[in-house]
This record gives sequence, C-alpha cells and structure tokens, in this order.
Amino acid sequence: MVERHLFLVAVSTLVAIAIGLPAGIIAAHRPRVGRPLLAVASIAQTVPSLALLGFLLPIPFIGGIGPRIAVVALILYALLPIVRSTAAGLKSIDRAVIESGVAMGMTKRQLLWLVELPLALPSIVAGIRIATIVGIGTATIAAAIGAGGLGEYIFRGLSMVDSTVILAGAIPAAVLALIADASLTWLERRLSPGRRGLARTTAIAIGAAAVISVTVLAGGFASARPDAIVIGSKNFTEQVLLGELLAQTLERRGIPVTRRLNLGGTFICDSAIRSGDIDAYVEYTGTAFTAILKQPVLKDPDAILSNLRDAYSRGGLSVLAPLGFNNTFAILVRRSDADALGLRTIGDLRALAGRWRPGFGYEFAERGDGYAGLSSAYGLQFAQPPRVMELNLVYRALATNQVDVIAGDATSGLVKALELAMLADDRGYFPPYHAVPIVRSAVLLRHPEIGDAFAQLTGRISEDDMRAMNAAVDVEHRDVAATVRDFLSRLR
Amino acid sequence: MLNDLNLSIARGEALALVGRSGTGKSTLLKLINRLLLPEAGTVLVDGRDTRQWDPIELRRRTGYVMQEVGLFPHLTVEDNVTLVPRLEGWADARRHTRALELLALVGLPPAEFAGRWPHELSGGQRQRVGVARALAVDPPVLLMDEPFGALDPMTRVELRDEFQRIRRHLKQTVVLVTHDVVEAFALGDRVGVLDDGRLIACETPDRLAHTTDPRVRQFLDALVPGVRVSTVDRLPSTVTD
Repeated sequence: MVERHLFLVAVSTLVAIAIGLPAGIIAAHRPRVGRPLLAVASIAQTVPSLALLGFLLPIPFIGGIGPRIAVVALILYALLPIVRSTAAGLKSIDRAVIESGVAMGMTKRQLLWLVELPLALPSIVAGIRIATIVGIGTATIAAAIGAGGLGEYIFRGLSMVDSTVILAGAIPAAVLALIADASLTWLERRLSPGRRGLARTTAIAIGAAAVISVTVLAGGFASARPDAIVIGSKNFTEQVLLGELLAQTLERRGIPVTRRLNLGGTFICDSAIRSGDIDAYVEYTGTAFTAILKQPVLKDPDAILSNLRDAYSRGGLSVLAPLGFNNTFAILVRRSDADALGLRTIGDLRALAGRWRPGFGYEFAERGDGYAGLSSAYGLQFAQPPRVMELNLVYRALATNQVDVIAGDATSGLVKALELAMLADDRGYFPPYHAVPIVRSAVLLRHPEIGDAFAQLTGRISEDDMRAMNAAVDVEHRDVAATVRDFLSRLR
Repeated sequence: MLNDLNLSIARGEALALVGRSGTGKSTLLKLINRLLLPEAGTVLVDGRDTRQWDPIELRRRTGYVMQEVGLFPHLTVEDNVTLVPRLEGWADARRHTRALELLALVGLPPAEFAGRWPHELSGGQRQRVGVARALAVDPPVLLMDEPFGALDPMTRVELRDEFQRIRRHLKQTVVLVTHDVVEAFALGDRVGVLDDGRLIACETPDRLAHTTDPRVRQFLDALVPGVRVSTVDRLPSTVTD
C-alpha cells in the first residue's frame, strides 16, 4: 500500500515538475502568457478531488478507473504550487543581478541556467515540497477509483466503522508527508544562495530522487498483470466481500485474478466494466434496472432479470444467475425508538416524520427508487431535508442520535451491532435487489471456465449468510479474505 | 529621454558625465553596450553601429559597473569575478590566476577574499569586486554607472583614489556617470554636463571650471554647495554632495 501510494505521488510529482517548471519560467518571463496559465492551474486546484476524479472518469485515454486517472488528477493538483513558486522565485530575483548578467553578455539561456534558476531554486524546491505534501494527502482519494494506496485502509476503515483501520492508512500518510516535508525543507535551506557544497547537495538530492523514483516506479509497474481477470466491487463491505468471493472462486480454479475492489459507487463500477477496466463485479438487480438502465421500478424479480439480460447483452455484458440473497434497502431506526414507539413498518413513520431527521447515503438521496419515491409512496414529510453523507457514516450517525431514521442495507452487519431495527416495507415499495454477477461477455467467451466457476455460486448465498459475513468484517473486524475463504470452504 | 546629443569619445579617454537624476546619464551608458537601442540616430562603437553589433559580443567587450553592483549571490567572490572568462570558455587554471590578479588589483587580498560570499562583504568591498568583475577579460571599454554612489564618504574617496591608480595601469576607454562633480573632475579626462537630456558642456576639467556659460556655471555651483569651483587642484578631496 505504501509503495503504491509513493508510486502515485512520485510519478505525478515528477510529471508535474516536468510540466510546471517550464510553465513557471514562461509565466515569469511573459506575464501575458503567464497570467492565464496560472489561472488555469488555480482552477484545477479548486476543484474538489472526488469531483475532479468524476470529471476525468469519462475522458478517453486518461479516464477509466485505476492509477492512470489518479496520477492525472494528482498532476493537476501539483501543477499550481510548482508553477507559482517557480514564477515567484524568478520574479523575486534582484533586478540589478539580472541586469549585470545581461550587461556581461550572457545569452538568455546562460542567464537562465547560470543565474535565474540557481537563485530561484529554493523557491522552486519549496513549491515541489508543497506539491509533494498535498499529493501525499490527496493520493488517499485515489483508492476511491481503484488506484490503491493508503486510502484503501481509510475507505475500508470507514466502511467497517473501525478507527484502527482508518489510522492504518492515515498515520503512514501523515508520516510520509512529514518525511517529505523535512527532507525537502532541508534541501531548500541547503540550496539557498551563499552556501558551500552546493554542487554536492544538488548531486545528493538528484541521486536520492533518482533512486526513490526508480525503486517506486519499478514496484508500481511490476504489479500490473495484463492476463489476469479483473474483479471489481463498489466501496462498501458487502461489495468488497462479494468481489473477494468472485476472485477466490476463480483462484480456486487456478485462474489468475487482479482485484480492483472499493471502486466508489454504482456508476464507477458500471463505467469501469463497460470500458473494460474490470471484467466482472456483483450488481443488484433493482439497482441495475432503475439506477443504470433508468427504467421505472418493477416488482417482479423474474421480469427484472430478463429485462436486464436483454439490455446488458446489447452492451456486451452478461448478467449471470442470482447468488441468492436480496439486499433491498432497509429503513432503519434505533431499536430503543422502535421498542418505545412500537414502530414495525415504514408506514408507522408517517406520524413521526414531522419531527424526525432522516439521513441517507448519496446514492439513496439521488436515485429515483430512493428517497423521492419512498417519501411519495408512504407520504412521508420529514421535518428537514435529509442529511446526506457517506453511507457508512449514516449508520454511525443514527447510533449516535445525529439522525433518527436512515436508509441502509438489509444485509448490513451493522444492524445488529449498532442495535438498530429494520422497518418492514409493508407497501412493497422497494424493488428486489438480488445480487447478480455481471461479466463481460467477451471474457466469458474466451474463458468459459469463468462462467462455470461462477455458476457454482448460484443461489448459494442467503440473506443470513451475507449478514453473517458483513458482521464478521464490520463488527468482528475479521479479514475479508479469511471470511470469504471460510465461507467458500463451507460451501463444498 | 536624450535629445539632440552629439558626443564622441576617444580611445583610452575617461569621460565623466554629470547631471541631476533623470537627465539621461544611465540611458547614455546603456546605449553604448546596447542594453538600450536609440529610437533615432546612431551609436557607434569602434566605428560600428550598435544595431550591427552582436549584442553578446559587444557586451563581452564592455565592462559594466553599477551602483547596486549586482554581484551574483549564489557565487563566491572568485566565481563572480571570473564569470565572463567562464562564458568566454577560459580554462580553470587561467581563470583562477586571473581572479587572483584582479582581486589584488582592486585591493582585496585574494587569500582572504576569493572564497567569500557576496553577503559576507561590506559595501566598499562589494564595489571593488564589481570593478574587478568588469575588468576580468580586460575589455576595451568600461562603463561605470554611479559606481561609488552608495558608499560612505571615506570609502568613496578611498575607492576613487584606488580607481585612479588602476587607470594608470590599464588604458581602457572609460565612461563614468556620477552626480558628484568633484568625482567627475577627479576622474574624468573630460567632463560632460547633461541637463534635461541635452549635453550642455563637454570640456576638460580645467576649461570647464573656467566656463562662462551661465547655465553650466549655475549647474556646477548648485552641485557643489559652499565651494566655488575654480580649479581642480584646489578642490578639497573630502567634499561630497
């Protein structure tokens, strides 16, 4: 994880230096070109990192999930500090020094290399230092689009509501940032004018940078396995478990697998499999039908499945047989409230809605089959618009009395752990959300053994099985791979 | 800025230009090493229009010393002094020998000063290094823009005397800009008076001191308060503006 993290930061910072240094020189020498250049870099800087990833995702060549797009985003963030500090360093040079260089008969190039760059070097290094530190922090977001790095611990920890795992990502990231800060500050000081041993310092610094880059680059590229089947998953525990389940099922048959788990939400997984960045992931029938195909809600599981198969096959994707369980949305309240107020069904909420505060994940808040449909189906009028936050934090928010009712997953292991109660969908509002593996048809044709392997899982995972696995990871903090391994062993 | 100006400077001559701030003294210097090009008229160096000169070649043949000195803060005294030789591709050993010569010439013991950084020098020492740097490749022309302007009176007189000593060894053409009439009279073979972009006088110090032109007279008197400039020799050497 640390190597991958360093890989992302090193590659993006090096590329940003290669682009930013000349851009900064141009910005300092030709203000007319420089001003718009700085403006563009500033705008890139202001776009929130997740939003930037969202913008880049559909762009050909740089888009798609994985490290490439993360590196592009990190380059965009690193550019501004480097361009700005290069330009500032050059502009702050004493005018008399420049004039004496020109009067001496230096060519523009000699002036740049012998006078301007050496004098601007501390400022340039300061910019690189800031870019590196920002990069180390921002690179944690890369895990959202499957680029790996320390962010994976953070996202996993969030979904397990486990601070220890979050810290396992956050602390090394902070330590990396401090190390980068300290060593580049040292370099910055060593490079300020009027210091002995300048040449030696420069040599040491360049040498160290080269060694780190080569090591990290080698590590980064070596991890790619072009022939392996790429398994994806969305970014919550159940999805990671299901991704791992598909992966281990293939591995048990000796098929090489690359895991791209924790890939953000439904739309990222869908665009990833359509672009061929991943070969398979597990989707839910209701989600695929309403959120991806944008069809009106259907209640009949068989009708949904056959419609899905038609629509997906046109996109070169195969919808395999359901795994068994139905992970429908669950409207959850605190068990204490349910007991005290006698709440059993969603309809029971109507009288309370005027006083209660709802909290939802982003998908539920946005989707047609989510909040909007639910409130009209049950005539719920809440006191305030829903608090929208990361899905895993929603459970925590309910347990800590920050919201009163949430939409969660029926199979979530946290329902029991946080003492929550699930309200029955007595009007049958939620469509079925049966878990189905989606696989690229081309892959199935090329490797029929993959279809056979996944067929073994058909109908084998019950709601209880899924809830137990979720609880094992989220509540008991067991390892995902080990949990799946145990489950698969019991299947035989 | 400069207007209707006709001036020729003989080889080996030292011309001192005086005038109030903003009368175009520095502009005149910068026209000689092509830091500026004239909007009208021509500037000839060695009989060749500065427009025709390769600016790099022209500047390498022209030493330039200015009030702010402009030493390179990231280079030692020795490296500052031998930068033009470096640009000219001199071998290391030759550059080193030259640095020692030059530092000795400007009165800075090389053993003590060669390895120092500009920020470790006093104002006067910095100015000496500036002069040494300008002389490094023995350029035929030396342009000096208020070279001693920022120094305290004592150091200034000391450096001026030093410069006169150096001048006896080297026979450069020197154009020196100053707003100190005493300095101009002391260092110039001729003294030019610039007023509002025009050259209102250009004479030997002796003849200038006896000028009858009321404008020049008024100008000289105004710039040397309390002393009526009559002859150069009788000027007290400590008088400054």
